[in-house]
Amino acid sequence: MSLAKLSESRLKGPLPGNPACPACPHNIGLKILGMVLGDKAVVVVPAGCTSIISGVWPTAGIDLPILHVPFASAGAVASGLKAAYQVHGEDAIVVVWSGDGGAADIGFATLSGAAIRNEDIIVIVSDNEAYMNTGVQASGTTPWKALTTTSPIKGKSEERKDIAMIMLMHKIPYVATASIGYPLDFRDKLLRASKISGFRFIHLHSPCPPGWRFEGGKTVEIAKLAVETGAWILWEYIDGNIEISRPSIKYSDKAYRKPVKEYLKHQGRYRNLSDDDIRYIEERIDENWRNIGIFMETLKSGRMT
Amino acid sequence: MRLRWSWRGSDMDRRVLIGNIAISEAVKLARVDVISAYPITPQTIIVEKLAEMVDSGELNAKYIRVDSEHSALAAVYGASSGGSRVFTATSSHGLLYMYEMLWWVSNSRLPVVMAVVTRSIGPPWNIHTDHQDALTVRDSGWIIGFAENVEEAFDMTLQAYKISEDKRVLLPSIVALDGFILSHTAEPIDIPSQEDIDRWLPPREPLPFVMKPGEGFAVGNLGPDEVTMELRWYIWRAMERAKRVINEVDYEYKDITGRSYGGLTERYRVEDADYIVMGMGSWCGDIKEAIDMLRDEGYRVGLLRIRYIRPLPIQDIIKYGSRSKAVLVIDRAVSMGYGGVLAGEVASILRGRTPVKGVVAGLGGVDMRSEDFIDIIKRFIEEYELDLDINWLNTYWIMKDGGRG
Ligand SMILES: Cc1ncc(C[n+]2csc(CCOP(=O)(O)OP(=O)(O)O)c2C)c(N)n1
Ligand code: SF4
Ligand SMILES: [Mg+2]
Repeated sequence: MSLAKLSESRLKGPLPGNPACPACPHNIGLKILGMVLGDKAVVVVPAGCTSIISGVWPTAGIDLPILHVPFASAGAVASGLKAAYQVHGEDAIVVVWSGDGGAADIGFATLSGAAIRNEDIIVIVSDNEAYMNTGVQASGTTPWKALTTTSPIKGKSEERKDIAMIMLMHKIPYVATASIGYPLDFRDKLLRASKISGFRFIHLHSPCPPGWRFEGGKTVEIAKLAVETGAWILWEYIDGNIEISRPSIKYSDKAYRKPVKEYLKHQGRYRNLSDDDIRYIEERIDENWRNIGIFMETLKSGRMT
Repeated sequence: MRLRWSWRGSDMDRRVLIGNIAISEAVKLARVDVISAYPITPQTIIVEKLAEMVDSGELNAKYIRVDSEHSALAAVYGASSGGSRVFTATSSHGLLYMYEMLWWVSNSRLPVVMAVVTRSIGPPWNIHTDHQDALTVRDSGWIIGFAENVEEAFDMTLQAYKISEDKRVLLPSIVALDGFILSHTAEPIDIPSQEDIDRWLPPREPLPFVMKPGEGFAVGNLGPDEVTMELRWYIWRAMERAKRVINEVDYEYKDITGRSYGGLTERYRVEDADYIVMGMGSWCGDIKEAIDMLRDEGYRVGLLRIRYIRPLPIQDIIKYGSRSKAVLVIDRAVSMGYGGVLAGEVASILRGRTPVKGVVAGLGGVDMRSEDFIDIIKRFIEEYELDLDINWLNTYWIMKDGGRG
């Protein structure tokens, strides 16, 4: 299927010339969201780059109904909004569109609360692996050793938190990872998620040119390299099982993975890595694949219910 | 039990209820659609009762059990954005935890109603009342009323919906009631019928906005600085109009229940008073008793009870304050390095008109009885008559042992 055929809705998401940086990953993600769910979605946006991308009144940067909310409130606001729609019989899909900070850090308690109540909402975390809107500070999902403005010399000293796995532990019906480098995969996941009721969570990988220090034209290329090196694994949890998604299947076998250096070398935030560091990152990638394999087996065997 | 006729409406139901249950009954009568709250003493019983009403089917509403007070207010914010009538309640640390959301709600002009069962702020941990929590949010654009007794807390809650949802207002409301003294004390209250309330309080209109799918539309996005200031100016004017709406609603409510409190203020024996006491909340009952006793002794003293601190009844404060020889303000909250919170406001209004004295008492729930108020008022009058400098900036603290700081 061609990208042109993505379009299912009248409302298209981001509008040309909005205030996003050139080659912004959020714009790509929002475009797919708009095309797939635009007619039915009401989008709750906590503080982050998207608050800016939405445009300065009286202009609009995004052609979608958007409720802007405080940084740490999206999960609860969306729950309340959905409750109102349930009371009044309004057929709307409530979508949270959040950054990594708004979901995995400051907004985590409220996200976790909404998940454990199995609220009938879709949460998309567009993860650019730092607090970009405030100028690239390290967040809970910033990877080990990445340079940010709050880890400016030695890089981040801690590992990143795996928010999708954490959400899976809430026993919600749908969890997936996605990437702005694979729009059709993201589209299919959104469509599948939209047919399920309950709490649905999509962790979208969103490489950010100014934040990661790479050339603007390379957003999609970098996103693809993350998948091709195995550093970002596309998977989907549905009906109680995890499946590796099509674009990632090949990379279950280490032999097919590109060396992670291919992914890291374009990014200024990794300019300080030593060869040992790169080896260590590669080992972590192997470990992630092993872990997800074990986890898939455990789910399949029914040992975890 | 049906005991008496309302003034013009149908029968009322007399029940003996604690403040917290009375509030839940008011919320039920208001036919609230969505409730969200988080437990904290002394508010908890309100939301437990509401949960029971929802679970049993007595109240047809959604109840969202959230992870924090920030989320509680966020959830009702979301529901209110979706067009629902909503309710939440909290106290003390819970209210402080909501602080960011409070502003988001008022600046969005959503008619959210919240009960604040007042409680001291720690440390030390203390679950008893003072007014510090509710007054901390004084500048946030919420209408803030203080009830004197259980029946008034009930009435104020119902009226809050009518006031907040009025087209001329569209601002959220806090109903403050003193922790334990009202929240946990049973008093008889006459509850109006559902039919009467339905007639008086129709379902919420879709104002100021309702989020809907299918239309590019943003709420809360960036704007030019001038727009922010313009929006604040609208809130300012809405607060001004709220003064009138509060008085109107207080008056029309009499048609249903026979009860009316005087609007923004209650005037108690002020008409011929040489000295006026001003205060808020439950201890105004004790102050009234003190005033009766002082009147018997020949002191011409009255109480101007401030029912709403936002919008502040400036006109009433001027009218009654400037008629009197001197004004005494008794505060249950203090702005450190300045003075009693209400005293500061009253003094700034009466500056150059009437001397004002401020007294800070009852912090952390320290008990104040009518005898204490008699002492305080007598001393204030003596000082004035001895020509001592009555200056609110010399704030007195009434300490537990009866001494003064
Ligand atoms: C309570 C609060 N703290 C801090 C901020 C400042 N702030 C706004 S956006 C942001 C970072 C957003 O990061 P993320 O959620 O990852 O979104 P991104 O900008 O990267 O898309 C911060 C720290 C805020 N708005 N509110
Ligand atoms: S900083 Fe990154 S995420 Fe934010 S607008 Fe620019 S490109 Fe997009
Ligand atoms: Mg981010």
